[in-house]
Amino acid sequence: MVSWPVLSLTIFLPLLGALCIMMLRDEDAGVKRNARWIALWTTVITFAVSLVLVWHFDPGSADFQFAEKHPWLAGTISYHVGVDGISLPFVILTTALMPLCIIASWKPIQRRVKEYMVAFLVLETMMVGTFSALDVVVFYLFFEGGLIPMFLIIGVWGGPRRVYASFKFFLYTLLGSVLMLLAILAMYGQVGTTDIPELMARGIPQNLQYWAWLAFFASFAVKMPMWPVHTWLPDAHVEAPTAGSVILAAVLLKMGGYGFLRFSLPMFPDASEFFAPMVFVLSVIAIVYTSLVALMQEDVKKLIAYSSVAHMGFVTMGIFAGNTQGVAGSVFQMISHGIVSGALFLCVGVIYDRMHTREIAAYGGLVTRMPVYAVIFGLFTLANIGLPGTSGFVGEFLTLFGTFRVNTWVATIAALGVIFSACYALWMYRKVVLGALDKPSLAAIRDVEPREIMIFVPLVVLTLWLGVYPKPVLDMSASAVTALVENYHEALGATKAATLQPTAAR
Amino acid sequence: MYQAIVFLPLLGFLVAGAIALVGAAARHPGGYPAPGAENHADAAAAGHPHGATTPHGDHAAVHVSHHEEHPAEPPAPGSRPAEVITTALLFVSMALSWFAFAQIGFGGADTVRETVAPFILSGDLTIDWALRIDTLTAVMLVVVTTVSALVHLYSIGYMSDDPGRPRFFAYLSLFTFAMLMLVTADNLVQMFFGWEGVGLASYLLIGFWYKKPSANAAAIKAFVVNRVGDFGFLLGIFGVFVATGAIAFDTIFAQAPSLVGTTMRFLSWQVDVPTLICLLLFMGAMGKSAQFLLHTWLPDAMEGPTPVSALIHAATMVTAGVFMVARLSPLFELSPDALAFVTFIGATTALFAATIGLVQNDIKRVIAYSTCSQLGYMFVAMGVGAYPVGMYHLFTHAFFKALLFLGAGSVIVAMHHEQDMRHMGGLRHRIPFTYFMMIVGTLALTGVPLTAGYYSKDAIIEAAFASGHGGHNPMAMYGFVCTVVAAALTSFYSWRLIFKTFHGRPHDQHHYEHAHESPITMLLPLGVLAAGAILAGLPFKDAFAGEGAEHFFRGSVVVSSILEEMHHVEFTIEMLPTVMMVGGFLVAWLFYLRAPGIPVALARWFKPVYLFLLNKWYFDELYDWLFVRPAMWLGRTLWKRGDGTVIDGLGPDGVSARVLDVTRSVVRLQTGYLYHYAFAMLIGIAAFVTWFTLGGIR
Repeated sequence: MVSWPVLSLTIFLPLLGALCIMMLRDEDAGVKRNARWIALWTTVITFAVSLVLVWHFDPGSADFQFAEKHPWLAGTISYHVGVDGISLPFVILTTALMPLCIIASWKPIQRRVKEYMVAFLVLETMMVGTFSALDVVVFYLFFEGGLIPMFLIIGVWGGPRRVYASFKFFLYTLLGSVLMLLAILAMYGQVGTTDIPELMARGIPQNLQYWAWLAFFASFAVKMPMWPVHTWLPDAHVEAPTAGSVILAAVLLKMGGYGFLRFSLPMFPDASEFFAPMVFVLSVIAIVYTSLVALMQEDVKKLIAYSSVAHMGFVTMGIFAGNTQGVAGSVFQMISHGIVSGALFLCVGVIYDRMHTREIAAYGGLVTRMPVYAVIFGLFTLANIGLPGTSGFVGEFLTLFGTFRVNTWVATIAALGVIFSACYALWMYRKVVLGALDKPSLAAIRDVEPREIMIFVPLVVLTLWLGVYPKPVLDMSASAVTALVENYHEALGATKAATLQPTAAR
Repeated sequence: MYQAIVFLPLLGFLVAGAIALVGAAARHPGGYPAPGAENHADAAAAGHPHGATTPHGDHAAVHVSHHEEHPAEPPAPGSRPAEVITTALLFVSMALSWFAFAQIGFGGADTVRETVAPFILSGDLTIDWALRIDTLTAVMLVVVTTVSALVHLYSIGYMSDDPGRPRFFAYLSLFTFAMLMLVTADNLVQMFFGWEGVGLASYLLIGFWYKKPSANAAAIKAFVVNRVGDFGFLLGIFGVFVATGAIAFDTIFAQAPSLVGTTMRFLSWQVDVPTLICLLLFMGAMGKSAQFLLHTWLPDAMEGPTPVSALIHAATMVTAGVFMVARLSPLFELSPDALAFVTFIGATTALFAATIGLVQNDIKRVIAYSTCSQLGYMFVAMGVGAYPVGMYHLFTHAFFKALLFLGAGSVIVAMHHEQDMRHMGGLRHRIPFTYFMMIVGTLALTGVPLTAGYYSKDAIIEAAFASGHGGHNPMAMYGFVCTVVAAALTSFYSWRLIFKTFHGRPHDQHHYEHAHESPITMLLPLGVLAAGAILAGLPFKDAFAGEGAEHFFRGSVVVSSILEEMHHVEFTIEMLPTVMMVGGFLVAWLFYLRAPGIPVALARWFKPVYLFLLNKWYFDELYDWLFVRPAMWLGRTLWKRGDGTVIDGLGPDGVSARVLDVTRSVVRLQTGYLYHYAFAMLIGIAAFVTWFTLGGIR
């Protein structure tokens, strides 16, 4: 363990960078350049600091590590942060993607650069904070706080329908969080603490569990997003600037899944078991429904957005399977999807920056002029399909595996997604990249430049490496996942025993 | 050594792939239009001398036709090194494979298990990257590396005027690597890795000429239909684990006998465990091996370059399903129902594909349907429990079918990429060596005595009869009848191909006169494969289909009593396939050499039948109507009506529209309302914190 507050540093370093950028005055070229460089250095250093977490992390322990606890408000709410094997991968995912997003925005963003960078850095603080918060109120603040910069990113730097998209995004997510807030208040009223480890230890009274579960579910399901509250996502993605889409798909969506793992399963085990069939049904509908819808999309970003919803269906399904493979698979699937979908949106960004359209029909035959791009895009398309050897496979396999052990109907229908994903992803790749290059507008399109290659290389490496050797992520989360699953089943067993006893006595 | 066999092709792929990528990137360097430039496209083109010319060159080369085409582009830089490196690596791999085959198959060495690295560890699930080499694997190693090495060599000649050679050789080597991973797999998941890997390579190679819409469509079709099979495979893996608690073969097989009679809940039914597992896994085999119902991708796969058809869609990948059943024979043995189903599907495919082969006019499609049919034979052998016999046919078939495809490739090159047999004829005078090689291949395929196909195919028919006679398998007699009839059809369509292509009068004088024999790099592989088509039969008969099978396979596949029983079938049964073969030859001779008017008249008289066969039993149309259209309709409906009208209409659209109206009237500044809402959000949080601090919730 390290003596300095490394986790807090990871959380608040970006905020510091944001403050530095805000100090800059004017909007001339020099300021723009400085803002970019400050943002880049901040995110790189944050990433380096977060690696210290990995370095000192003890994967054998299921406890929260690097914990910091300071009394904060009213003697009940404390600034309590820490990470375990489930949250650390998300922290690293966030800090690792952030520098790439900054680089990806280097040239495309020319308007209000300073504000843009500030928004991103604040967003990073919120995201890392969400994943490491160990107090429900702190969690809530970070969780909701992340909404604001994202709302701004879509609304200010977005496409033509950005206003509609950002409002849709905002309304949906806000609605869910209001309910979550009520649940938090109720939990505090009943248990008397907002500390997450405390709440887990004391347990939530059963009568509250069901209502609280539903309230949390409303918030997380919107974030995931699960069917039928998914329609904000395609619009948000379509209108968001590239880096915004990347963060939205790669990190913000994961907050919902993370919430399920941090709250629903450990704190409301009885409710989780009770509602699991509903989650299964919604997940399966999400997988089949959105895959079919993805099949008919005419917009590249929309297609990827819908495929994201389908992939998140695997995640929710795996989580509520409630066994080791399902939960570990969900964690892995979220990390993998973070890398792959982020990369896919970056891929779309590359051609969008050149042609300023996202319409599939506007492209075709790119491979002729953009061979390197075709290879990169192809690899991520395959990872999106879940081809073995890419990281996409491991998560899908494990979640399906875990679900099959619990419910064969769900696993079987969900496995249909394996067929559909091949249809829509390959169809898109064919329309955009393959074929003859006979559109005059594309005649002079240029291949990826070194800056863009620099973004893609780490993502390519990670996708392949985790696909062949997923051990680092699986090992990191193994202890925490095992503990989570064991506690979950223990709690269920205890409830069952308790309900059985009176009947036996009678 | 075994790691070298498997990973040398991977090395070849990486090297050739790097050459291809660097070469392509050098031709079209990266770049970025200047920010704010109005017509950035023109600016980029002006700053880059190649930019203006290349698209025209590409464009001119694009013309959609049924033939394989070669755009007039300059060859990619590094083509020669890429060819030489990948081919050399494959030959090394081949030499090592034959050594391993001798050592393990005939030298009596033990099964080799080499763990390479851990793959997935999660709870009670443990999956390793591990190589397993036993006799079954050794047979596949030899088949895969030999055909692959020869196809690499052949491609140097065949693809010599193609601009994308480094890419082509990279794909070939990638395929070989994936296929080797498949056959050396020690557990189901690694097998699945290879399984999907060959599917990917197949997708890439079918779509190699990416400018052809038909090639792209065929590539996607192949991948998706295979995915349908893989869906079953995946569920099968889960089923195996639930039943046995293991993924590795040794553990599964050790557990297998205890599964007999057990049931598990699958979907809403309580089903027999071995039958369920085997049928699910067999679904994967049906996809990969293009069996009845999941066969539609194979004929379309002929859009790929011909060497690809020889390697992937004849000799190796499509036999993966057969290999899988053989590998899992200890499981299949436990379920008579599953075996009956395998027999039924195999027999149906053998007959069904042969009927379509009768009337096709594309030289490659005839051979493709022939492949489909021969794979059916192999599954009949598997279904009746004669696993070594099925492997025997797999082994011999690899040689003569690769020979036929490569021979067809030689014809196609001679005809300047004309594939329609109606435009051929009389070619035996122009390309005598190719003609001779094709005759050898045809002799082996039709099962003329002393050729390789004779031994293996007859063994299957005998095994089917013996099994049916002994009452082991309710479908065996059906299998017997289908395979015997298919033998006659095989002989007919094979000789029809020969006669239409090489005999008679030339139908296209221009092409005929320009026809020329292929270069030595193409003829040499033909010669080697022809030797294999003769010699792969008798010398291996005892090991695969005789008393030596038990000793040869040593437990790597189940050797049942059927191998003994098949030697006791009556002489008339034994002679039956040969009689059918002669009959098919005679009819073909009559129809296409003696009295060419007969087939034309027949096609006219039985027009519905002819069209039914010509249109491949209308399976494509049926699937289009059953699956493709409904899926697209559903997708559109769910999107527009489900997401649009119902979800958005009832939910956010109304609300947000209202809010927007209000905001517009309140805040006029362009981005003002954004800050407005951010501010409202902050106020909300502040209010909440305040409330908390005041202890208002207690």
